[in-house]
Amino acid sequence: MPVQPTPIRSFPFAALQLFAMVAFVCLISVPGLAQTPVIVQPGAPGQPTKVLPATTRAVLPPLSTKDVEFMQGMIMHHAQAVEMTALIEARTENKELRLLGARISQSQSDEMNFMKRWLENKGEPIEMEMDDMEGMDHGSHGHLMPGMLSGKQMAALRRARGPEFDRLFLEGMIQHHKGALVMVSEMFDTAGSGQDAELFNFATDVDSGQRAEIKIMQTMLGKNN
Amino acid sequence: MNRGYIFRLLATSLFLCSCFVATSLAQEAIEKAPPLPAGMTGADVNDPRYKLTPGLWDAGEAAFGMKHLMLLKKPDAFQLGVDANGPKVGTALKALGVPEGAQIPPTMKMALAGLAFANSDLAFQGNHLFLGNFYGMNIFDIADPANPKLLTSMICPGGQGDVSVYKNLMFMSVEMQNGRLDCSTDGFPPNPPPAPGQNPGPPAAQKDRFRGVRIFDISDIKNPKQVGAVQTCRGSHTHTLVNDPNDKDNVYIYVSGTSFVRPNEELAGCSDGTPDKNPDTALFRIEVIKVPVAAPQNAKIVASPRIFMDPRTGVVNGLNNGGSHDDDGTGKPADTDQCHDITVYSAIGLAAGACSGNGIILDIKDPAKPKRIDAVNDKNYSYWHSAAFSNDGKKVVFTDEWGGGMGARCRPTDPNVWGANAIFNLRDNKLSFASYYKMPSAQTDSENCVAHNGSLIPVPGRDIKVQAWYQGGISIMDFTDPSKPMEIAYFDRGPIDAKMIVLAGSWSAYWYNGNIYSSEIARGLDVFELTPTKNLSQNEIDAAKSVRVAELNVQNQQKIEWSNKILVAKAYVDQLERVSALSAAESTNIRAALDKPVRSKLAGFAASVQKQSRLMKNDPYMAKMQALAAILKQPGI
Repeated sequence: MPVQPTPIRSFPFAALQLFAMVAFVCLISVPGLAQTPVIVQPGAPGQPTKVLPATTRAVLPPLSTKDVEFMQGMIMHHAQAVEMTALIEARTENKELRLLGARISQSQSDEMNFMKRWLENKGEPIEMEMDDMEGMDHGSHGHLMPGMLSGKQMAALRRARGPEFDRLFLEGMIQHHKGALVMVSEMFDTAGSGQDAELFNFATDVDSGQRAEIKIMQTMLGKNN
Repeated sequence: MNRGYIFRLLATSLFLCSCFVATSLAQEAIEKAPPLPAGMTGADVNDPRYKLTPGLWDAGEAAFGMKHLMLLKKPDAFQLGVDANGPKVGTALKALGVPEGAQIPPTMKMALAGLAFANSDLAFQGNHLFLGNFYGMNIFDIADPANPKLLTSMICPGGQGDVSVYKNLMFMSVEMQNGRLDCSTDGFPPNPPPAPGQNPGPPAAQKDRFRGVRIFDISDIKNPKQVGAVQTCRGSHTHTLVNDPNDKDNVYIYVSGTSFVRPNEELAGCSDGTPDKNPDTALFRIEVIKVPVAAPQNAKIVASPRIFMDPRTGVVNGLNNGGSHDDDGTGKPADTDQCHDITVYSAIGLAAGACSGNGIILDIKDPAKPKRIDAVNDKNYSYWHSAAFSNDGKKVVFTDEWGGGMGARCRPTDPNVWGANAIFNLRDNKLSFASYYKMPSAQTDSENCVAHNGSLIPVPGRDIKVQAWYQGGISIMDFTDPSKPMEIAYFDRGPIDAKMIVLAGSWSAYWYNGNIYSSEIARGLDVFELTPTKNLSQNEIDAAKSVRVAELNVQNQQKIEWSNKILVAKAYVDQLERVSALSAAESTNIRAALDKPVRSKLAGFAASVQKQSRLMKNDPYMAKMQALAAILKQPGI
């Protein structure tokens, strides 16, 4: 009789090996024998990973004064946008504009809540101290954040009705939104700023959200630039 | 001892006090929700999910069609210790001389920690679940889904930690200013305070700053090692793993950057601005990283495709000039210069991108050269956030992350078409709008809620998606009929706090090999199973459970293949009976025959079903009857 081909003979042996391996793996994963979770911190690419003690607790990155000023300033900035949208109801029947206004009002009121909460949690005042306002834009009436409408502009908006209101509102809100973009970029251009996760996320959202709204408003104004 | 006890009492009352102060301030801060805009419909206030009791660990729960199996709490390494930066609590503690390590009330802790330690996206491989976090990554063993075990907490902050896995490689997104090459938690120090009246200088270029995609070797699951790190100008908010069906030696990563461009001094070649002023701007593009699987340290950017280009004029910011189906003037595309997320479906050679002001379709047959072939916008959309194909590739579900996920956007007065899914048909590479879907229940003012990440549930014959809605919970949507999506199951908890929005809820809810896993931002990892209802039968659930995959990166969509198994046939019978395409009597008979399968008997039913299907002509159930007949004819027993 010819000798049995090797593959058939080796099969049970391989299966046995596999069985032994599976059994071993099962054995080491029995709860009683299981290892506790490890806490590790990788190094730079190519560098080894450190094992940290089980008592390790999370820490926050440093906060800068610019972070706080940004939030305080943006609350003021948003408050004016909400004030502007509150004028819509009595001054125009433009359905599209009313819808846009409702949306801006909703988003910005919400964001003001968020910013206030953020400042409260950091133990910082919600309103900016006057000394901190140095270097900000100075309007004709008091201190204004970038893009905010002057007292004169706000008065003109209050007086306007119908299509004239629509135009002034859109022009004003575009100016206003562009100011927010300046504020975001100034904040990120400051050393040590924007490292807080919530602030980073919020500022990035403000940037993309307001850019999009500017484009929509430009379209509504009939300017496709 | 006694003194210590009094001390603790005093400290406790102070904590409660400061907590009260914080919440009452927050209560003032929560303004009345704006009224529902005219002509819009708001959320349902009669739903049992509205006004569930608040609480961190004891919040009220409501569920339908799904059962909560367990919540594994976030590990201590990802919880803020007694926080020196938390002034209200911190300074009060110091003043009292309370030793370090004292406990602060959980709600306060959560509020303080916020996004910094938020859980984010999920990926899966074998028995391992990878849970991204703004502070790093946690890796779990889910061999027993009802009892997941934490294996590894990896500390590595720098952004939301969007995660993908491929064989022995794990990829992670980093976008924030505090990201460092070495995974340190130190961040970068601010400049010294400027002289009065002076602006602080620009941030120093930091050679150790990392914004981009990290690559880890996870051969040893308890010791992930960073082997590569590819820097990008805007960092990586999300990324998508892309396989090339024709090249097994490399994988690709599409990088979606949504943040600001860093200066050239920090990363050579980076510059900002509009394309008319700066043709090399790092905006208006995505990056494509090529990763040699055997040498991941050599991963590099191989292309930065201008996917928003107008093909006729060559203008880089071309999307707003053309490519929109919707030209009514109200919602023209914004100046789209970024994608938030891209889902690739290599089996059909397409990708769907959610790109700030637009939903787009890309041809990715050559993965290094994605090419835009369609784009849409929508006047109700605020921010195009993510996309998913139906399994047959004939539908695309986009989501709108109105408010960025941190706002309450499911209140009774929030329109049901804002912050919703938009379902599009995809025919001949053209998208056409079909309908909106928003998780229907109203939520309170203190619950952040909007459409977020989800995955398909592989029920044969139906298009079903499980989806996270932050504190709006988890909602399961059937979009088989794209014009009439409906909710078939849900799970929800009450808010963490009744008076302030504490960032929480489900970031991602994905189906993986028989269970639903949800990353709860503040609380931990939730695991669920489906339970049968009139909307979804046990046979359909079993058929879904029979689909097994070795790896799951949801944005790298894989075609689901169902076997010709008996349980798949049973799912079809249940579905056909539900819509009265098969009579109750015949359905019962077929199910009985399938329980004790005899080929000749099944063949008889196959003939009968086949015959009936021909009578249906264009009925949508015809295909399903034919699929059933095919299994009855040749069952995989």
